[in-house]
Amino acid sequence: MKKIKKFKNLEELKKAIDQQEASRKREKKKIIVVSSGTCGQARGSLKVIDALKKAIREEGLKDQVAIRITGCHGFCEAEPNIIIYPDRIFYQKLTPPDVRTIVKETLVEGRVVEKFLHRDPLTRERAWYENEIPFYQKQKRIVLGDNVFVDPTSLLEYLAIGGFRPFIKAVTKMKPDEIIQTVKQSGLRGRGGAGFPTGVKWEATRRAAGNPKYIICNGDEGDPGAYMDRSVLEGNPYRVLEGMMIGALAIGAREGYLYVRDEYPLAVRHVTMAIDHLYQAGLLGDNILGTDFSFDLHIAKGAGAFVCGEETALIASIEGRVGEPRQRPPFPAQKGLWRKPTCINNVETWANVPLIILNGADWFSSIGTSGSKGTKIFSLVGKINNTGLVEVPMGITLREIIYDIGGGIPDGKAFKAVQTGGPSGGCLPASMLDQIIDYESLTAAGSIMGSGGMIVMDEKTCMVDVAKYFLNFLRDESCGKCISCREGTQRMWEIVSAITEGQGKPGDLELLEELALATKEASMCGLGQTAANPVLSTLRYFRDEYEAHIYEKRCPAGVCKSLIRYAVIPEKCTGCEACKRACPTGAIQGTRKDVHLILYDKCIKCGACLEACRFEAIEAQRDEAITIVKEVKP
Amino acid sequence: MITMKINGVEVKAEEGWTVLETAKFYGLEIPTLCHHEGLTPYGACRLCLVEIGEGPRAKLVSSCTYPAEEGLVVHTDTKRVVQARRMMIELMLSVAPYSKVIQDLASRFGVTRMRFKIRNEECILCGLCVRMCEEQMDGKAIGFQNRGYQRKISTPFDIRSEECRLCGGCIYICPACQLRCQGPQAETAICNACLTMEPTCLDFYDELQCWMYDAGRCGTCVREKKA
Ligand SMILES: Cc1cc2nc3c(=O)[nH]c(=O)nc-3n(C[C@H](O)[C@H](O)[C@H](O)COP(=O)(O)O)c2cc1C
Ligand code: SF4
Ligand code: SF4
Ligand code: SF4
Ligand code: SF4
Ligand code: SF4
Ligand code: FES
Ligand code: FES
Repeated sequence: MKKIKKFKNLEELKKAIDQQEASRKREKKKIIVVSSGTCGQARGSLKVIDALKKAIREEGLKDQVAIRITGCHGFCEAEPNIIIYPDRIFYQKLTPPDVRTIVKETLVEGRVVEKFLHRDPLTRERAWYENEIPFYQKQKRIVLGDNVFVDPTSLLEYLAIGGFRPFIKAVTKMKPDEIIQTVKQSGLRGRGGAGFPTGVKWEATRRAAGNPKYIICNGDEGDPGAYMDRSVLEGNPYRVLEGMMIGALAIGAREGYLYVRDEYPLAVRHVTMAIDHLYQAGLLGDNILGTDFSFDLHIAKGAGAFVCGEETALIASIEGRVGEPRQRPPFPAQKGLWRKPTCINNVETWANVPLIILNGADWFSSIGTSGSKGTKIFSLVGKINNTGLVEVPMGITLREIIYDIGGGIPDGKAFKAVQTGGPSGGCLPASMLDQIIDYESLTAAGSIMGSGGMIVMDEKTCMVDVAKYFLNFLRDESCGKCISCREGTQRMWEIVSAITEGQGKPGDLELLEELALATKEASMCGLGQTAANPVLSTLRYFRDEYEAHIYEKRCPAGVCKSLIRYAVIPEKCTGCEACKRACPTGAIQGTRKDVHLILYDKCIKCGACLEACRFEAIEAQRDEAITIVKEVKP
Repeated sequence: MITMKINGVEVKAEEGWTVLETAKFYGLEIPTLCHHEGLTPYGACRLCLVEIGEGPRAKLVSSCTYPAEEGLVVHTDTKRVVQARRMMIELMLSVAPYSKVIQDLASRFGVTRMRFKIRNEECILCGLCVRMCEEQMDGKAIGFQNRGYQRKISTPFDIRSEECRLCGGCIYICPACQLRCQGPQAETAICNACLTMEPTCLDFYDELQCWMYDAGRCGTCVREKKA
């Protein structure tokens, strides 16, 4: 690794930024940007990079083309992908042989290769350039956008996009109170879940009695299916660190911790490297660049419990104690790490700070709604065409995210619900699609912003089954201290499980509601206080589905195994035998071109045949037998 | 001095007091289970819930862990509090139905039905035993294991702990055990105090979950089955 040059003072740093920015402007080479975050690498981006290097060498293009390996751009669906600058031609889903074609065709001959271009799932239109892709068009990527422009392992690349100008501004031109004032005015609220005003938290920590003071970056990100913090840490670690430095300056902290989960090896690697570079460059340590600001930064690795993301549990875990939440107040701002005033913020929150300092509070607060400013990154997953990370301005509607950015639901299925806010968020139905996204409206609708998980579900999803899934997660992840949360989630899970198994009885829903309320009201930390959301929101919007399970022993979506059986619809069956081949138990009978038949005593309800049939000739039907059995039993 | 209001009455608390301590000082009763003077407040049983604040921002907190704050408005027995408290008792009873302490609470607070499937664990994970052992007996022999629904109390590696001195403190304080024993006075002395009381906790070793992994040795909770 190249040794980083130490900057002696702010002047030298400023000069280096000017130089880097200028040389980037002068850049004559074509730049091929390869997205290579965790998800890109999983899909083969490293091989694509090797192939690219080889092809460029072989074509003798080394002086005309450069490669920039970056973190993730958020478009998981299109990985591995490349963008060729300056034109911004976007090629997706590449394999090493594709790369050879591209180098020959596009770089040598100057022709665009149609088949590697992105095609919109709804309109089927090809997009030539990155900025023409609908997935990107409605996004506002103030945080994620820069991932395209920096190699996350290079401090110089970060300087080339103007990195550390915000820090220079803060340290030379602003008093701590001014920084806090700016953050307050910007309206930035915590992106870790609760949406607490960041400036207010900083001020409270600064004013709190006690020294030293600490700051912490919360990169625990334990929600299943959420990876926005990972992509920021992986793709632009310096941005987060710069945010923390500005925060430390404002709060008066001289030590900080970056808590990142151990399951994110690439993020850990990039952050470790970045911290190392900053020390070498003289941007961390004592009297940074000759100023009287000193700041040390440590990494703390989290062992992956969801509840360790809760701030008091996280602090306990850094201190080497069991990761269990405790009573707040005292809040960390009063008594945090080692019982000293501590300001803890989420990765995305910290990443917004340099932008606010550089562009001003008004710029930031011009984005968003009256109560929620700026943008929010969501991880859009589930039954959606364009899976990926989307960064949108607050105030956008769910419909815009799901249809315009997400490209709608695959296979022409109907939208049923979207779950926002992670495991303890709520499920919102189609009637809420025009709901705007901000902290207050989501809460009013029975869900939460949370840290930004967004799971889309289609008509084939059973909402009772969904509630069961999240309850199962929560009963496992609750720390177990409060009886309300531990037994509350366990008992709710038991009741909901029974309902999905056809054992539901009158009175269950009332008990479920009572229990949900008690869990929410009586628990100590955010986990228990929100653990009832999956139940309460599905009961609120999909009560009829629960009732169908309980009173008619029927699963309307055809998901709950105990309540369905699979049957062939004779009119639709072409006798293609696909189902027969898919069936693991040999439960399907029939000869070629004849209508097939499922033998119920052999069928284990695995659903493989349903997946295999291309003619929709297999149906999950209500299992009448269940009702009879249940009625006979006392 | 901190001034706050409990049930409409202005009260004064000393710096560092909890809401529970303040209420007690004024003779206002709040039921508790996992709280014990002399042990660190923990907040596990949620029985000591009170309502704080007013209007839409009012919420429930455990008074044993919540610090007295200037201007705080507290209500100890609102409908909301009582409903939540009842649910806590029903939940506790569903996992420790043989506990006299919890049965008494059920009667006192009008919990008259059990809507959950009984899962007798003889423990409500209140953590009293853990804190007793660590804070009063200087033992650290037992602790919580796992999280969520799999949480339990045990010794490291589930084997008899060398740290345990068989003092019986954990059993003494446990609300899910019916009998309390002062424990043997000296190494040689046999206590047997519990044998004079009827009924003892259990007649069989088999059903006993002894944290000392030495069931019957201290004799606090088990009586040999008479032939
Ligand atoms: C169960 C639970 C899990 C949490 N997980 C995270 C997490 O993974 N990342 C995070 O930033 N905040 C998480 N939080 C929120 C933190 O407690 C805390 O509010 C946040 O880090 C504060 O930063 P912010 O103000 O920038 O959002 C969690 C909260 C709870 C109750
Ligand atoms: S609410 Fe749940 S996760 Fe939070 S402290 Fe209580 S038991 Fe633990
Ligand atoms: S896969 Fe469908 S169409 Fe083919 S035989 Fe089976 S049921 Fe009939
Ligand atoms: S559900 Fe599974 S076991 Fe039953 S018929 Fe279809 S493939 Fe066979
Ligand atoms: S008997 Fe053993 S486990 Fe119980 S309190 Fe005493 S030392 Fe601790
Ligand atoms: S054994 Fe008794 S004292 Fe210990 S946690 Fe369980 S109920 Fe509480
Ligand atoms: S593209 Fe970054 S995680 Fe998928
Ligand atoms: S006594 Fe307060 S929570 Fe148990």
